[in-house]
Amino acid sequence: MAVLVGAETRLLVQGLTGREGAFHARQAVEYGTRVVGGVTPGKGGQQHDGIPVYDTVADAARETGANASVLFVPPPFAADAILEAAAAGLPLVVCITEGIPTLDMVRVFAALRGGATRLIGPNCPGIITPGQCKVGIMPGHIHRPGPVGVVSRSGTLTYEAVAQLTQLGIGQSTCIGIGGDPIVGTSFLDALELFEADDETRAVVLIGEIGGTAEEEAADYVRRHVRKPVVSFIAGQTAPAGRRMGHAGAIVSGGRGTAAEKMRSLAAAGIRVVPTPAEIGRTVQEVLGS
Amino acid sequence: MNVHEYQAKAIFRAHDVPVPAGGVARTAGEARALAERLGGRVVLKAQIHAGGRGKGTFRSPSSADPLHRAGTDRPLGGVVLVDSPAEAAEVAGSMLGQVLVTRQTGPAGRQVRHVLVEEAMRIAREHYLAIVVDRGLACPVVVGCAEGGMDIEEVAARRPEAILKVPVDPRSGYSPWIARRVAYGLGLRGAEATAAAALVGAAFRTFVDLDASLVEVNPLAVIEDGRVLALDAKMNFDDNALFRRPEVRELRDTAEEDPLEVEASAYGLNYIRLDGNVGCMVNGAGLAMATMDAIQHYGGSPANFLDVGGGATVEMVTNAFRILLGDERVRAVLINIFGGIMRCDVVAEGVVAAAREIGCEVPVVVRLEGTNVERGRQILRESGMSIQVADGMGQAAQAVVVAAGGR
Repeated sequence: MAVLVGAETRLLVQGLTGREGAFHARQAVEYGTRVVGGVTPGKGGQQHDGIPVYDTVADAARETGANASVLFVPPPFAADAILEAAAAGLPLVVCITEGIPTLDMVRVFAALRGGATRLIGPNCPGIITPGQCKVGIMPGHIHRPGPVGVVSRSGTLTYEAVAQLTQLGIGQSTCIGIGGDPIVGTSFLDALELFEADDETRAVVLIGEIGGTAEEEAADYVRRHVRKPVVSFIAGQTAPAGRRMGHAGAIVSGGRGTAAEKMRSLAAAGIRVVPTPAEIGRTVQEVLGS
Repeated sequence: MNVHEYQAKAIFRAHDVPVPAGGVARTAGEARALAERLGGRVVLKAQIHAGGRGKGTFRSPSSADPLHRAGTDRPLGGVVLVDSPAEAAEVAGSMLGQVLVTRQTGPAGRQVRHVLVEEAMRIAREHYLAIVVDRGLACPVVVGCAEGGMDIEEVAARRPEAILKVPVDPRSGYSPWIARRVAYGLGLRGAEATAAAALVGAAFRTFVDLDASLVEVNPLAVIEDGRVLALDAKMNFDDNALFRRPEVRELRDTAEEDPLEVEASAYGLNYIRLDGNVGCMVNGAGLAMATMDAIQHYGGSPANFLDVGGGATVEMVTNAFRILLGDERVRAVLINIFGGIMRCDVVAEGVVAAAREIGCEVPVVVRLEGTNVERGRQILRESGMSIQVADGMGQAAQAVVVAAGGR
């Protein structure tokens, strides 16, 4: 049954008529995702690649029965677009946009807290349930259905892990990119909770990176609540302190958030921590075999 | 983005955060004029984007020997108290153009181009104030500590209970009780507490108004005459918000940055120079970090972090290649591209074109994955260039470490 998205997902694309939105909407449709509408203010009533466009998320949701939205909206307008999707009552909002101001996300996070909308991202590749539904920018063809849940702060590093699994004949239940920003809507912890409860998922790959304490919190959660085997890699073991490594959230500051600290916490929670990403696939094969 | 102390203090002044009277000097003559205006007894503070200046030492750009105060055997530090305009001119003159080395700069140090000249203060007590976004709480927090003027990370490690953190809930927003809580929490009372609370409130507004990622006042000083001032000022800004803060963008000092990093940022590339000899070009920040880790895992040492973006274009690959090879320490290059939706043949053509155009003297290992990967590998193999095509990330990292001659 996988988690969060599947055959029942009816997807809106906010920013459908932009370059990125249009390209990735086409890719999603080709993958089999039910893209039911797009939202671009001022272009309501048009069709784009055969997909109806609406001026507001509320209109689109009412007319199409959408239950999820993916955002390809430029950073200055992204926070507003997330809030609009939440106000329209969509239960799932996936924000791909990179470069949203942190204080905008402070506001969005507070507004969504305790509400009915789950936000994935921002600054993430999105989420995919192989063979059913692709919401985001990941290459669909490297995935295959199967028993491994993948959750990651990174994009291409996740593809790396997924491609290894697929090459070994190991499929994925759902892959969730939670995003590389300091403030994201869905945490490792939320994803672990979903995977632990999902019958189809038999093991989890958790890909973290330097900065913050999300991996330490995940380790604590795994120790207390997760029975399924977890394999983890942490990127940034060689990253210098005080420098932001591409992702806004990937920074070691004040001696906190180092890869070594995270790897220690994860290992202490019984998680198989691999020293290089090249070993992710093989290690998952091992834990599934046992 | 970082700014200098003198720039942060100008921002503070404009936002009603009290700071000592002063100004910035670019020449010894300007330092003398400022000292005259400020009454003669002033503090000179060398301006670089790094902390630990007070305990730092100067050297000339051409020599490793420490510089001394004129006519003495006392080493010249980054923060100096002087008694007269003549002395201010002399000391500023010996700082400007020289290299200041602190525990944060590393041995290379930073060349000093600006000196802050400020009225000297008689300090009664020193405290600590900072404003940051707490990632776990997903909101700004105001941080206070009664002990100021020292390394706050040391205090945090030794006595975490000495640090007061007050979150600012975005639903209710900032309210003056937050500043009062911090001011009284610092141990201040009466008029001093009122003055400190006003400073905290103004600092918080500055943080929000300019999309800062850090405001740090260390020390926040109570002066003998009862005033409460930001004696030091550090501000960092959210790069993601610079599009709406043109006044902040203008404060960028590219002389403080590595020239290759400045060039990379002009092309929209994320490049960070490191100390090793294996240049790497990768698409995606996480994969780029992981590639550096793999190089180290196999006994090598990465020369840089370089993220050409999740969907790199041929132009980006070409520009990235030029920047990589601009680092004369690079002995071998690893290109690790997980194409995904991007086509590998296009990337391969970009790599070959870039190598031809720029002329590449060092061995290159390329690992490509994604759409049209076979065609991409074929283009590389048939290019006639010394490009080694690797299968998988582990093999690629091992090959490039060998090509670079180990560590």
